[in-house]
Amino acid sequence: MQGSTVDTSESSKVMVTAESQAHGHDDHEEHPDFRIFGMILFLIAEGMIFLGLFAAYLTFRSVNAIPADQIPERELLLPGINTILLVASSFLIHPAEDAIKENDVKAVRKWFGLAAVLGVIFIFGQGYEYSQLTFGLRDSLFASTFYILTGFHGLHVMLGLGAIFSVLWRSRKPGHYTSESHFGIAAAELYWHFVDVVWIVLFLLLYIL
Amino acid sequence: MTSAITENPEATKPPSGPQHKGHHPWWIYFTFCTDHKVIGIQYLVTTFIFYLIGGALATVVRAELATPASDLVSRELYNQLFTVHATVMIFLWIVPAGTGAFANFLLPLQVGARDMAFPKLNAVAFWMVPPAGVLLIGSFLIEAPGSGWTSYPPLSLVNNQTGELIWILSVLLLGTSSILGAVNFGTTIIKMRMPGLSFNQMPLFCWSMLAASALVLISTPVLAGALILLSFDLVVGTNFFNPAGGGEPVVYQHMFWFYSHPAVYIMILPVFGMISEILPVHARKPIFGYLAIAYSSLTISFLGLIVWAHHMFTSGTPSWLRMFFMVATMIIAVPTGIKVFSWVATLWGGKISLNSAMLFAMGFLSMFVIGGLSGVMVASVPFDIHVHDTYFIVAHLHYVLFGGSVFGLYAGIYHWFPKMTGRMMNETLGRIHFTLTLIGFNLCFMPMHWLGLQGMPRRVAEYDPQFATVNLVCSIGSFLLAISTLPFLYNAIHAWIAGPKASGNPWNALGLEWQTTSPPPIENWEGDPPLVEDSYAYGSKPGKKSVTALKGSDLWKTPV
Repeated sequence: MQGSTVDTSESSKVMVTAESQAHGHDDHEEHPDFRIFGMILFLIAEGMIFLGLFAAYLTFRSVNAIPADQIPERELLLPGINTILLVASSFLIHPAEDAIKENDVKAVRKWFGLAAVLGVIFIFGQGYEYSQLTFGLRDSLFASTFYILTGFHGLHVMLGLGAIFSVLWRSRKPGHYTSESHFGIAAAELYWHFVDVVWIVLFLLLYIL
Repeated sequence: MTSAITENPEATKPPSGPQHKGHHPWWIYFTFCTDHKVIGIQYLVTTFIFYLIGGALATVVRAELATPASDLVSRELYNQLFTVHATVMIFLWIVPAGTGAFANFLLPLQVGARDMAFPKLNAVAFWMVPPAGVLLIGSFLIEAPGSGWTSYPPLSLVNNQTGELIWILSVLLLGTSSILGAVNFGTTIIKMRMPGLSFNQMPLFCWSMLAASALVLISTPVLAGALILLSFDLVVGTNFFNPAGGGEPVVYQHMFWFYSHPAVYIMILPVFGMISEILPVHARKPIFGYLAIAYSSLTISFLGLIVWAHHMFTSGTPSWLRMFFMVATMIIAVPTGIKVFSWVATLWGGKISLNSAMLFAMGFLSMFVIGGLSGVMVASVPFDIHVHDTYFIVAHLHYVLFGGSVFGLYAGIYHWFPKMTGRMMNETLGRIHFTLTLIGFNLCFMPMHWLGLQGMPRRVAEYDPQFATVNLVCSIGSFLLAISTLPFLYNAIHAWIAGPKASGNPWNALGLEWQTTSPPPIENWEGDPPLVEDSYAYGSKPGKKSVTALKGSDLWKTPV
């Protein structure tokens, strides 16, 4: 239980790494990688923005009922296909983390590439759907909420795609990602799953409800 | 005073391991530096400058209210003054000072880490604050926001639209900074504790920051959501909150208060933690009820998320909902009361030294209790409907935010100033500062309770002449409050440049942050940090009694 004791538990690595790397650095030293933990905390905050917007939408619809004639009919086929694409991409990106644990960067690039293709199709599908819709951003309270929610989610899809493309770009260099060090891959994958889950809730609320 | 340190063998263990000496040059404070100590001081100085600006705005507001007519400033300017005053004080002073300055400086030192979990992110979070502040205060040059810090639509959609947009941008920037900070604090507290330091041994400041960071992560994004919708209403012409276009302004109020009520706890929880650190040191007694204080922070944080609509009792909220929020709000008095009683019990029978830090801590205790009591009053629906939007609310919130948070922040500055700067502050000036602040504060805000009960509405530049005398008293109090910062400013600046050198542990404290030099070296400790198993073990024999095992009956056995 002493501060200077060096054992193999994770937290004591703080001290070990601290001392081995402190020499010759003006900056602070390295410690175990907590970036995924921090990322999860950040995603809680991100999720709360969506939760807040969903709650606003539900209040608009229920407590202060949007008149039924203000809620236009929505085509289900296209967003349905989009949902399947996004869910599929989440399944496709998942094997990448197993692959990098075996140092198989080639497989990572394959799975990330496939997920990126589906993600891009999703964005174009969303754009096509916007162009076919009969209502505009300012037409009604429902229309405004619809565009804000789908648009804000679309922005997150693009950010996720940015993360995926950056992994694809960086992984060209052999050894950039290894079985020990692959925060970029894990983070991009986690973010992509997050975007996917948000979409499922959004789809249920906006199209099915 | 006996040295309590010797009772903890771990704390005095001479440092071992490689030596990392060295301090930063002075200009480092103006750069993008990733050292948590530098960032903490950057936060503290920056937010204190904003505090002075917010205080100057308040002084103009009070000068205007010294007479019933709006003769000093126009009504429009008056609206802008109190709007920017509140926004500056909340978003640019109390929130970043508590969760930014002290948390940054203290957390790594208290958990035995060399720095925060994400130092670069930390510096990014800080450097969002000055531009946001300049943006907000600079808005006076173009058009300042004038719809109150709550920015309720539809008023905020038609009144000073440019200023409103600047306000939204500034608050969004500060909210982002706050969230990034909370990611850092949460990770540091949970993941970076030194080996052997369990959760139930952490200093209570860490507990309160854990609770406050959870609130930031959960509630701040919802405000961001509301402000995004509000800016669409302003810029694009959607009608989310505009009743003229079929929107619903009450939804904004719900989203706004879902953040802004927890924000009250974001502002007070760090101060709770600081008071729990300061009282035992200067009363030479173990903290009373360590676990009760620790877990009541988490309880406050949970309850704080489900009471927001008590700000909306007069917004057409249905009765059953009012009932729920009334009861939930009153329940918050329980964990808060647990803390207050624990602090009083800590003082009981202690060897209290009435230095500036202790005076401000006790000032906090007494003023905060007044604010807490009026808080329970306004929690009850019938009473709230009577005093809603009157000066009673102004009095209540200032007793909580000034009597509570600001007194606590001053206590923290006096307590940790030697650690931050390596210099001692002047005690006489500190006591003069405290006396002036206490008198000025009560002179300014105590009469406002009466004004509110008599029905004087807030946020108006002109008022009924029958309130003239009492308002003059309030204004005189506010001028005294403004003057009271002068001895502090002189004291702080003079001490920082030429004050007597502080030893590593001038208060003979047991906390881990005191077991290093003042100011700490760049790597926080030369060698390994010592393990402090019980940082509140003042007066107790080693190994005999753990703070977490203290019982009520121990209260009467006065330790030496």
